[in-house]
Amino acid sequence: MQQWLTEIAPWLAQNDIFTPATLAQYWQGLVNTVQLVFISLLVGVVLAVPLAIARGSRWPWLKWPIWFYTYIFRGTPLLIQLYLAYYGFAFIPGIQETWLWFFIDDPTYPALLAFTLNTAAYTTEIFRGAIKATPRGEIEAARAYGMSKVLAYRRIILPSAFRRALPAYGNEVIFMLHASAIASVVTIMDLTGAAYYVYARFYSPFPAFIFVALVYMALSFGIQGIFRQLEKRMLRHLRSGS
Amino acid sequence: MNRLSPRLVGALLLPMLLGAGVSVQADEAAADGEERDIVRIAVDVPYPPMEYRTPEGELTGFDIDLGNALCERAQFECTWVVQNWDGIIPGLMARKYDAIMSSMRITEARSRRVLFTEPYALSPKVWVARQGRDIDIADRAGLKELNVGVQRGTTQDRYVTERYGDVLDIRRYATADDVAVDMQSGRLDLAFLNYPVALDTLQITRPESDFTQLGPRINSPQSIFGKGNAIAVRPYDRALAEAFNRALDDVYRDGTFERLMQRYFDYDIRPPSRD
Repeated sequence: MQQWLTEIAPWLAQNDIFTPATLAQYWQGLVNTVQLVFISLLVGVVLAVPLAIARGSRWPWLKWPIWFYTYIFRGTPLLIQLYLAYYGFAFIPGIQETWLWFFIDDPTYPALLAFTLNTAAYTTEIFRGAIKATPRGEIEAARAYGMSKVLAYRRIILPSAFRRALPAYGNEVIFMLHASAIASVVTIMDLTGAAYYVYARFYSPFPAFIFVALVYMALSFGIQGIFRQLEKRMLRHLRSGS
Repeated sequence: MNRLSPRLVGALLLPMLLGAGVSVQADEAAADGEERDIVRIAVDVPYPPMEYRTPEGELTGFDIDLGNALCERAQFECTWVVQNWDGIIPGLMARKYDAIMSSMRITEARSRRVLFTEPYALSPKVWVARQGRDIDIADRAGLKELNVGVQRGTTQDRYVTERYGDVLDIRRYATADDVAVDMQSGRLDLAFLNYPVALDTLQITRPESDFTQLGPRINSPQSIFGKGNAIAVRPYDRALAEAFNRALDDVYRDGTFERLMQRYFDYDIRPPSRD
């Protein structure tokens, strides 16, 4: 690290945009983006599993509200959801006096709320599709072994559904990373916010945005790599025999 | 039967295309018996109160009135040309007009292409807080734990970042309206805004408003806020710029500027160089 820094030092000295101060801005932006995306994906997936199971339930009062929720959140732009979470809640009369204000005051929590609910809606549908695609024979085999419904879900249906959902979910993770670029409109200094700042400070759009695009690209490739490894390991049984 | 022959259309249109307006002006000047230089000034409307149209369609505004006063002093015969902002500098270079007077701020990038006169106006910036909040901008220690909203990438952003980056939590918004909205929601303790924007959105001068101005209005240092708005001419038209500068000196000295300023503003828009 030290050597790397001394190596790029002369190059840094030549330009007035990528100073240690702006690189620190980008670093802070990277930390904020990764935190925001990681937390919302994590909470989103935890919410999505029970929602996906309940979505396939036979009871209409369980099934249709979840259908409605995913319909709403997949049918509207994330930017609108973010605006509603950030500006909408702040104007509920009297909310400033309640404990809720602590969460609404800070831009991070409204953004987390919007991102989490959005990714949970998409992930619910991804899992729902994967569960539905479980081969009939596997379920019948589980029944034949005398497994209860819960046990069959736990041992047979969910594990195979998760594997099938993996490629689609990998896409959702990358989409979420890219979608998080709108966090800067509610004053969060994420990667895009840092790029905006550098751009506005030096009036030089190309270096500011190309640099941040490269960072996003590196993150995307990293995520893609992780999912490729996971798919290799977990979908081994689907590969044609060699 | 009623069709116009192409030749007739051409005969009607050609004089219009060739700038009939200018020739009429020249005739009038000649009739006055004195040779006045014709100066065509470009302006982008509407941008009230600097330049806009009356309901009757006539050009008016602070820039227009001041421009006419300057032309009077410099003995110019001035005509106004309405031009979109995007093409306003290329149009100057293409000699579609001779000067731009349209609230154009002096910047380094523009200075490389056009010649600016001395600045004639600079809109001040202002700190805004909720009515009754006890905040002292000069007391830096007391500003800790407070946040301030600014429009991202503006000179206000730069001022706050450079002067208060170590004490205030700076929140940067895409538009000035977003800053005003979050002042209303109560998320922001402070806002640092263009004065006209603060007047317009948070109504800081009205007694019934929830918001009020803190400290004096700010329009310096020049290294951040720039020099102000100026008239732009082609780089080689030095004589024209000089004539405008002399006329500006005159209108400042004899109170014409202040009279015009008070017609459109209830605050001081003089650049720091004229204080």
